[in-house]
Amino acid sequence: MAAGATYTPIATTTLGSSASSITFSSIPQTYTDLVLITEGIGASGGSYDVDMIVRLNSDTGSNYSFTYFYGNGSSTVSSRSSNSTNAIVGGVNDSGRSMSICHFNNYSNTNTYKTFIARINRPTIVAAFVNLWRSTSAISTIYLYPDSSKSFAAGFTFTLYGIAAA
Amino acid sequence: MANTYTLIEAKSLTSTTASITFSSIPQTYTDLLIKYSGRTSRSDGTADSVDVSFNSSTSNFSGRILYGSGSSVGTSTTSRWLGSENSGASTASTFANVEAYIPNYTGSTYKSVSVDAVTENNGTEAYSYLGAVLWSNTSAITSITLTPAIGSFVQYSTFYLYGIKNS
Repeated sequence: MAAGATYTPIATTTLGSSASSITFSSIPQTYTDLVLITEGIGASGGSYDVDMIVRLNSDTGSNYSFTYFYGNGSSTVSSRSSNSTNAIVGGVNDSGRSMSICHFNNYSNTNTYKTFIARINRPTIVAAFVNLWRSTSAISTIYLYPDSSKSFAAGFTFTLYGIAAA
Repeated sequence: MANTYTLIEAKSLTSTTASITFSSIPQTYTDLLIKYSGRTSRSDGTADSVDVSFNSSTSNFSGRILYGSGSSVGTSTTSRWLGSENSGASTASTFANVEAYIPNYTGSTYKSVSVDAVTENNGTEAYSYLGAVLWSNTSAITSITLTPAIGSFVQYSTFYLYGIKNS
């Protein structure tokens, strides 16, 4: 790996109070890949375990698809969704901690659609998601929110790193 | 790498070793990343799991594992699993690879760990694992010990601990 700032924090957020969403905007186009790390718990709200949704560049069209598999200790599931209006990069649970690591490779490439891979740990499952955003636009904004109108609790952390190939 | 992704300690075994410990872990990073390549001396199987302890504690661990063998997929519950290793009955000189990511290890919340592991055995049997481990303890992590469940780590096993800063 070439010397230099190859794994650089672009932005980090630790919530001081609960929030229904967070946004990374004005993402620099100077890296090759992005890595998003999230960890935390959902705001109290009555025993829920929901997906952490992502939308890129404010695109609400049916331009996303994803394939996933997970295990809960006793059974395994694999499925997919096509022509979705969002993708999934994490989990939010109001009684236990969730964490995720998502790789957005070639996020600034304007010739290709964007594939991103998320490893997701929730209190009762371990999962992997492969997501596709059918857009050749460079990713400049990442918008994250819990599904089903839930909220992130105070202390939830989100960090976006940039990785430069050279 | 930038100073946000810093090698804290490396261990390369020169002889068979029952366990390895990263101690006095600096509290100056945001996250920890463990990368190791290992094999154990277990003689009665092709793989051996590795157990973790934080701060010498073996209590309050829980987790889930999802794995595939190339022909089937399975899932199980776990407690202190932090990867699996090739062992004595697997192809000689074949070492497993494991990566474990620990966010917010200095915080006062419970500690989550994401584990990815692979054991390859020359096409006869190979596993890919995804793991989720939770240590239900609010202490900052100051030491990490890895111990094979049955055998011992053999010579040429390597272990690296990185610190990652978010600023």
